[in-house]
Amino acid sequence: MSWLAFAFGAWALGWWLNARLAARPRTQGTRLAVPLIFGITLIAIWEGLVRGLEISPVLLPAPSMIAVRFVASTDILWEDFVQTVIKGALSGYAIGCGSAFLMAILVDRFDFLRRGLLPVGNFVAALPVIGMAPILVMWFGFDWQSKAAVVVVMVFFPMLVNTVQGLADSSAMQRDLMRTYAAGYWATLLKLRLPAAMPFIFNGLKIASTLALIGAIVAEFFGSPIRGMGFRISTSVGQLALDLVWAEIVVAAVAGSAFYGLVALIERAVTFWHPSQRHT
Amino acid sequence: MIEAQNLDLTFQTNDGPVHALKDVSLQIDKGEFVSFIGPSGCGKTTFLRCMADLEHPTGGEITVNGVSPEAARKSRAYGYVFQAAGLYPWRTIGGNIRLPLEIMGYSKADQSERVARVLELVELSGFEKKYPWQLSGGMQQRASIARALAFDADILLMDEPFGALDEIVRDHLNEQLLHLWARTQKTIAFVTHSIPEAVYLSTKIVVMSPRPGRITDVIESPLPKERPLDIRDSPEFLEVAHRVREGLRAGHLDD
Ligand SMILES: Nc1ncnc2c1ncn2[C@@H]1O[C@H](COP(=O)(O)OP(=O)(O)OP(=O)(O)O)[C@@H](O)[C@H]1O
Ligand SMILES: [Mg+2]
Repeated sequence: MSWLAFAFGAWALGWWLNARLAARPRTQGTRLAVPLIFGITLIAIWEGLVRGLEISPVLLPAPSMIAVRFVASTDILWEDFVQTVIKGALSGYAIGCGSAFLMAILVDRFDFLRRGLLPVGNFVAALPVIGMAPILVMWFGFDWQSKAAVVVVMVFFPMLVNTVQGLADSSAMQRDLMRTYAAGYWATLLKLRLPAAMPFIFNGLKIASTLALIGAIVAEFFGSPIRGMGFRISTSVGQLALDLVWAEIVVAAVAGSAFYGLVALIERAVTFWHPSQRHT
Repeated sequence: MIEAQNLDLTFQTNDGPVHALKDVSLQIDKGEFVSFIGPSGCGKTTFLRCMADLEHPTGGEITVNGVSPEAARKSRAYGYVFQAAGLYPWRTIGGNIRLPLEIMGYSKADQSERVARVLELVELSGFEKKYPWQLSGGMQQRASIARALAFDADILLMDEPFGALDEIVRDHLNEQLLHLWARTQKTIAFVTHSIPEAVYLSTKIVVMSPRPGRITDVIESPLPKERPLDIRDSPEFLEVAHRVREGLRAGHLDD
């Protein structure tokens, strides 16, 4: 009963603190504190409810249990992280986004590609490509190469579509200006169309960063060596070791947020001039 | 030098053809300052764009410096100031002015020297490192003029460059433009909606009327080359302004 009271108390305290903070003028401090208090409150309520209601750890382990498991299994978690995030997701992301970018420049240059490939691209971008994962695992084997291939397939078309759209985003007047300078194709590309496309390119890169992690983890459900986050999640569920599953989910969440945040940070530095990024 | 002979331009639109220019003939000599004035839609911008090879006439002949507009464009014979400033927001003011210089292959040292010089000309020294969106509309427009002046083109095509500015800034820039023209010997084609502006600046005023866009009057200005701002109160000035107004009215009565 006391654990339920603890959960209730945590809820009341968190509510009260955030209500007071939100009423004050926004500063750097409160901007960080409000979501932080929110998160901590949520974890405290979770802890209290799981203990108070005596929920089976198979259904939902308490945060403290997940934390203990996390600390005890850092070597496994690290190995899985390297296998899935670094080898699978990141390499697939780099290859997929890089080749989509180059392809976008070709599509933009040659009209037959634009008219042929782009509708296909839009179509494929809307498909749940993750369904191809078993096929790709069959083609490229169990190790990270097949996971990278899944990621490539997943990120390619969203990145392509965004970049092509961005390359067409300069205004008629901006292009006329280049014409009056008798600027050639490359000068126009480098000095006008690529800079103008940057907000779109980063939009594609951000979408791709989330897709990459999903792709790399889910692809491991269809076969992998005995390491990797997806592998660990599916086997640990079988062994009812839900605390380890949750520890992997924590790693995935942190890695995903960090990855997205890094791309968003670079975006801010590159597209500082765009109205959506101007905070001054 | 620009020469147009029976120029025709018809836009094919969904609502049928639009005669933007019909039978337009005009000669602009080297070193002249020619203003185009007329009601909205009479083809002033279109005519300027034909000179710049941004629009292709459907009939007639046009030459710029004795060659086709395309050849003139490729030899970088003119600077064009658009109706809106159109600065690239990812470049600083200095970077925007440097843009044509980079494309045309001026040396680094030459670039910096020219940027500083034209910035001083439009009184924007000290704003080189600012971004366009940090400047007022009038300052942006001045930067876009500086951009067209930075490289050595002997023709300057200006499409209502001062349209968005207030009276006082406009007077000041008009004066500056006249000084610049006297100093550089450029040939200038200048679109405006303001009769005093046209009369104050020009050696020749071209009055146009719409539907179809055509030239209704060409007025050679008798005003001297040296023009202080208060010349606008002189009888000669008012006389020319009167003729322009008559020309504009006559164009309207045709409708
Ligand atoms: N790209 C285009 N396609 C179709 N019609 C056009 C195009 N550009 C201009 N026109 C038409 O040609 C005519 C002349 O246009 P233009 O822009 O030259 O006028 P303007 O004299 O510059 O007018 P304003 O003073 O408003 O700038 C107008 O009727 C306009 O609608
Ligand atoms: Mg116009």
